[in-house]
Amino acid sequence: MSADHIVGIDLGTTNSLVAFMQGETPLVIPGEDGSNLLPSVVALDGNNQPVIGNSARKQLIETPERAVYSVKRLMGRGVEDIQDELKLFPFRLADDLHPGEVLRITLGDKTFTPPEISALILRQLKRNAERYFGGPVTKAVITVPAYFNDAQRQATKDAGRIAGLEVLRLVNEPTAASLAYGLDKKQNGIVAVYDLGGGTFDISILKLHDGIFEVIATNGDTHLGGDDIDNLLITIALDDIRGDLGVDLRRNAEAVQAIRKAVIEGKIALSSQPSIKLDIDLPQAKRYQREITRERFEQLIQPIIDRTVGPCKQAMKDAGLKPEQIDEVVLVGGSTRIPKVRALVRELFRREPHTDLNPDEVVALGAAVQANILGGGSLATQNMLLLDVTPLSLGIEVAGGVTDKIILRNSTIPASATQFYTTQVDGQANVAIHVLQGERELANDCRSLARFDLKGIPPMAAGIPRVEVKFLIDANGILHVSAREQRSGKEAEIQVQPSYGLTDEQVENMILDSFDNAEEDFRRRQLIEARNEAATILAALEKGKTSAAWGQLTTDEKRQIAKMEKALIAVKAEDDHAAIRKGIDALNQGTTRLAELMMDTAVSSALKGKNMDEADLGEGPTAPHPMAKAEFE
Amino acid sequence: MTTKSALTVIGAKPLPQETHSCWSCGSMRAAHFCEACGKVQPPQPVDYFTFFGLPPRLDLDVTQLEKDFYDLSRRLHPDLSARAGSDEQEWSLEQSSMLNDAYRTLRDPIRRTEYLLHLEGRVLEEQSKIATEQARATGELKKQIVPPDLLEEVFELNMQLEELRRNQKMQEDDPALISEIKKHKTALEARHEALLQELHTHWKAWDKLIAHTQPEGAPGSEERAQITGKMLDVLNRRNYIRNLLRDVNAALES
Repeated sequence: MSADHIVGIDLGTTNSLVAFMQGETPLVIPGEDGSNLLPSVVALDGNNQPVIGNSARKQLIETPERAVYSVKRLMGRGVEDIQDELKLFPFRLADDLHPGEVLRITLGDKTFTPPEISALILRQLKRNAERYFGGPVTKAVITVPAYFNDAQRQATKDAGRIAGLEVLRLVNEPTAASLAYGLDKKQNGIVAVYDLGGGTFDISILKLHDGIFEVIATNGDTHLGGDDIDNLLITIALDDIRGDLGVDLRRNAEAVQAIRKAVIEGKIALSSQPSIKLDIDLPQAKRYQREITRERFEQLIQPIIDRTVGPCKQAMKDAGLKPEQIDEVVLVGGSTRIPKVRALVRELFRREPHTDLNPDEVVALGAAVQANILGGGSLATQNMLLLDVTPLSLGIEVAGGVTDKIILRNSTIPASATQFYTTQVDGQANVAIHVLQGERELANDCRSLARFDLKGIPPMAAGIPRVEVKFLIDANGILHVSAREQRSGKEAEIQVQPSYGLTDEQVENMILDSFDNAEEDFRRRQLIEARNEAATILAALEKGKTSAAWGQLTTDEKRQIAKMEKALIAVKAEDDHAAIRKGIDALNQGTTRLAELMMDTAVSSALKGKNMDEADLGEGPTAPHPMAKAEFE
Repeated sequence: MTTKSALTVIGAKPLPQETHSCWSCGSMRAAHFCEACGKVQPPQPVDYFTFFGLPPRLDLDVTQLEKDFYDLSRRLHPDLSARAGSDEQEWSLEQSSMLNDAYRTLRDPIRRTEYLLHLEGRVLEEQSKIATEQARATGELKKQIVPPDLLEEVFELNMQLEELRRNQKMQEDDPALISEIKKHKTALEARHEALLQELHTHWKAWDKLIAHTQPEGAPGSEERAQITGKMLDVLNRRNYIRNLLRDVNAALES
């Protein structure tokens, strides 16, 4: 395998995934537990070490004050933006936060910024990929909601850098999904992608033309998703409990998390069952029981899912298209499994939506396709080119607090605009520029991106200097600004104060694995993982020896196995991970017949349907990794 | 505080595209990328028509423009230079942003006309400095001069819109009023359509003029100024009607 793997990462609100192109097919790389989805949950263990994913999810129930989920909702936002979130999510902000400062979340007795928490998730995905490839991974394409603004995109890019990844491109999630779909069906037409995930909603309308994926309009809501349904159900349960049992559990974090877990399971089950029964153990030996029918559930969530209608209509209007003109509709995101959501999409676009690809994985698969394109392409991706748009208009504050839009939403990126500035006072050396993002008329209603100070304008009479400022939105949807004074030809200095963001220096200081140690850390980690796997297979073999199947092996087979077992035990003590892997592979091969026999015999009920390799070990780097099958209801 | 322009260089005239040799392989080339080795070239400050290798014609074949846009995108997009050196990445970013800006402007009939007027040094009323200063002096948002032939109609319509808003506030219903406003709306839409037709005839005149550049179609000539003046007038009236229609639609929808 080549040394230069570029992976595609879906950094989701609820789950995150990493994928890459194996030959002509994008594949999701599973974690050590064999699961393709890494829950986007971060916790601190007893030793104050970060744990990520399923183990962190366990901690969420046991020690909720040391865990955090849905941190994507906080990316690129300030404390004044998240007042609504704080009512619904157990985010514990640091006590000493100042307005305008980057948020910090308390976990145990430490604090982390949202990009740092996201970086821990990214680093776990990076490790999963490194384990799979058996070599370092340093480059990635990361997906973001199409409706993410500049600050949210910048925060995501920062998270990548903190995790030790060079982020080659930020790709919009619905667009990535269209790439994954477009790989099989090379056809022309208009496609709408409806992406309702854990915390964000996007709608994108694309024109497919001989391999060019041209986004013509996008819209969305970066605070709308499955989380909102969960929170609604939690609120109802808490109200019920207060009414029926007379206990107010809103401040009891453990109980709230237990309720949250139960309602999420219930929500998922309601996609395939007509009704579910919530049955939750509460403190003081109390118990909450409630039946929810699908009909009732659908009534409850109607106001939430109705919030996707406005953005869809606006996107169609912006694209200048009627529902009849849209050829295909693709569903993305776990929340699109809800039958009521599908019904809504069917009604909106007047056609049956596509669900061929697993809605949890399709974004990561598309990110892998884009990674492949950036890496030089392959037979499968040759001729494929993505032309995306900026979701929000870029504006400048002008006199009277009015926004003057200079790059309109749905402009193909990269896009640029040039503005000319002059001075109002003789000898004025600085001009302040306020950059905004949003659709509203007044600057106060738009998102403040940054304030720039043009400095070092040569002393001239008022109105004479002519400073040319160029605003450029790059292919990641991130703004760059440069300035030049035209009369003197002098480059004007720009001082940028991002409204909510980390400075370069702060990011530098946060980088998780300092590059000096990266190689050494990687080697050590590989060794530890190889030893763990060796221990697991040896244990499985011990167990196999006590089974009836063992007796059916020939003496020669048993001798061969014993030899390989001894060899593996020997290399396991050494610190050469490659040798250990070789030993594991050999033993795996040598025990294939044993595993088969065990499968045939009734005694092997615990291992039924699996060979020995899969039974206990999880996926080793040599194990086949077929693309996980789509889940069907 | 600001003056506005969509152009890199204000009032730039179409430049003849210069011939350069490729920075990478040395072949002669006259475009944004090298025909011989495919490498992206440093961007040249040209107007949008020149960027597409077109004369400043208004009656454009938009299907061909789209095809050229896709072809150039396949050469200039930053995705293609993701593994190249930082200079090349920078050029590709600038070239493709210019390509996108140019395509966005030229594919739309109104933006294309406004852009040409801008190249010809003409200023639309909506954007004119005087209009802005006046609006600022009175502390209001920018207002436009009502085209004389519309005065009476606009006066009546504004009264009716005001009444409609009052009714809406009082939650009263006046079907007769709504039907009157809708009648105005239809009339305005017809006017809007007629203006676009009129614009089209000016396009044809312009294209004919610049097809024979010498001597009457030379830059700054009276003929040129006459046609651009007519187009400017159409656009000013059209902008006014468009804003009016926007108000009517907003009032009817609320």
